Amino acid sequence: MSNGISMERVEEIIDSYDCKVHHLIAIMQDIQAEYKYLSPAVLERIAEKLGVGVAKVYSVATFYENFSLEAKGKYIIKVCDGTACHVRKSQPIYNAIREYLELEGKQKTSADGLFTLETVACLGACGLAPVVTVNDQVHSKMTPELAIDLLEDLRKEDAANA
Amino acid sequence: MAKGIMFIDGQRVAFDGEPNVLSVIQKAGIEMPTFCYYSDLSVYGACRMCVVEDERGKIETSCSMQPRDGLRIRTNTARLLKHRRMILELMLASHNCSCTTCEKSGDCHLQELAMRFGVRKVRFGDSREESVLDASSPAIVRDPSKCILCGDCVRVCGEGIGMGIIDFVNRGYNMRVAPAFDRKLSETHCISCGQCSAVCPTGAITVYNEIGRAWRAIHDPKKRVVVQIAPAVRVAIGEAFGLPAGQNTLDQLVTALKLMGVDEVYDTTFGADFTTIEESEEFLQRLERGGPFPMFTSCCPAWVKYLENEDPKYLKHISTCKSPMQMFASLLKDRYRKLDEEDGRTTYHIAIMPCTAKKMEAARPQFAHDGQRDVDLVLTTQEVINMIKESGIQLPQIELESPDLPFGLGSGAGVIYGTTGGVAEAVVRHCLPDKSKNALRELRFSPLRGNKAIRVAVIKVGERDVHLAIVHGLANAQKLLKEIEAGNAYFDLVEVMTCQGGCVGGAGQPHGMKQDKKARAEGLYALDRAAPFKRAERNPVVGAFLKEMDHEERHALLHVSYIEE
Repeated sequence: MSNGISMERVEEIIDSYDCKVHHLIAIMQDIQAEYKYLSPAVLERIAEKLGVGVAKVYSVATFYENFSLEAKGKYIIKVCDGTACHVRKSQPIYNAIREYLELEGKQKTSADGLFTLETVACLGACGLAPVVTVNDQVHSKMTPELAIDLLEDLRKEDAANA
Repeated sequence: MAKGIMFIDGQRVAFDGEPNVLSVIQKAGIEMPTFCYYSDLSVYGACRMCVVEDERGKIETSCSMQPRDGLRIRTNTARLLKHRRMILELMLASHNCSCTTCEKSGDCHLQELAMRFGVRKVRFGDSREESVLDASSPAIVRDPSKCILCGDCVRVCGEGIGMGIIDFVNRGYNMRVAPAFDRKLSETHCISCGQCSAVCPTGAITVYNEIGRAWRAIHDPKKRVVVQIAPAVRVAIGEAFGLPAGQNTLDQLVTALKLMGVDEVYDTTFGADFTTIEESEEFLQRLERGGPFPMFTSCCPAWVKYLENEDPKYLKHISTCKSPMQMFASLLKDRYRKLDEEDGRTTYHIAIMPCTAKKMEAARPQFAHDGQRDVDLVLTTQEVINMIKESGIQLPQIELESPDLPFGLGSGAGVIYGTTGGVAEAVVRHCLPDKSKNALRELRFSPLRGNKAIRVAVIKVGERDVHLAIVHGLANAQKLLKEIEAGNAYFDLVEVMTCQGGCVGGAGQPHGMKQDKKARAEGLYALDRAAPFKRAERNPVVGAFLKEMDHEERHALLHVSYIEE
């Protein structure tokens, strides 16, 4: 067990692909779908079960932007930076959220582990630009102020539930 | 295999089974520039230096291009030259160009090609993040700031050795070569074989340099510096001085070391003769007792490390014999203890090895007594070449001197330890009840010799058919292990050498391709043919030593267990 990841479940997923190395990406996608990220222990277990070097698994995991090697927050915020959203000023929204969450350097997840901030190339909702999604729920025509309000609401909601 | 005629720069060139256009071009006498093409490894096409232009002006890499009949290509058009210069300039832009002080200076492929293509100015700045030097391994040093991402190390580690310790990390501009999770090499299962450093065209992966320590010991009047020289060294060291691969230069090397200030110079084949006798007797005992089989040879430290890390259940299958280097060292240190007490000097033992993993082996706790290592320092062939050059000694021109006695005498069987199949042949020579010349001659044409990755032989020892396997290239040994595990194969004795070609192809040797390794092996077999005695047990000094030793002493000095209690 590490960070709530059940190794039994991980092995089940790997076994469901017959431990075949050409299913590596699919295996990692399935595990990430369940736990939102891939821990070092998970990558090592995959390498062991598939009979390849852990460096190879790490290589594939770091090649694709989609795979995350860090634990993610409860709320995953995606700021769309596709062409339409970009010209409608998505960048200031992204910067405002970064500042609000006090993210520094390559940090993507807030210190309290509640929010993870990412960008996405295009969500195909250009008519609603600029778009922000929170755990795949779409929020249209955002501004930096609206985005901060949204995060504050989420924070309150989370505190009330806890 | 495809056959036909190609036109290279207007010249008609016949091809017959060449795997790619690049090898046809090489056959035509044109040396194509390349960083990432090795005939032993898979084609990668990363460096783009071997590009050629066809009649329609299409540019393609020749390493990944199939030869076809009637194909017309040019290798040196204005566009291609411009293209290559640009690649080199971009590589240099993200390369730590501290060339004069680089370990690889003078032997660097990037330096050589930049010179060849007249790249004199780099217009772009280096904006990569600063990287960290990894000197955690006892055998190799990784300096990512000098990496050009050719992927040679990744492929040799994965395909040739079967370890896959390093691989590409990230993508695009952020791509690097690193172990998983950016660990240090010492935190991985790296077996220190050093083949990544042997193929690295730049100074990004180099052998851990211990020349300074060697000089300090040599210049210390309180130290008696005693050297042993491994078999594979003598047939490769001359290459750095313009001699052909395979030419024996042991006697020149002895003179050179003496000129440099070494006190005594001995031959590892002496240790190898002990190994042959001990390993043969262990094998015969196992035949009597019924196992455990297969018995694996223990000479290759990278192989031992591999089993320790990955397959510890096989540790009891490894021969309990120390490697020739360690047998030699423990005998030497044992003999010289008294001498040290008498004259107040300390014996400092240097082993000259074709191998980087020997640096790791010498540092193992099993080979130290009272905090003192049996082998104080391991120098690779390449390090000794550098020391000889530093001293200004012209190796081919100096007088000959044979190794000192008593530890300088070895049999022909000890000499062939340096090539794949040598250890097995030495053991077979000892075990065979038939001691005639004919029996030896027959072995010369048996599968014990040759260059096939996995060779299998059945040899009658007394009443029993002994099944032998000889493997070189660790990836092939892994395949063989799988076969054994699956029950598809059975062997009594398996010789494993991690490097292609055995020790002659070790990573401490001067950089050599397949044909050089073959020539070195031929050189060793020629030495064996010329040797006055060809069986370990005929070595009179070894015989005398063994007579003096009781069973316990013999066990303590010559055997080791890698199994943790």
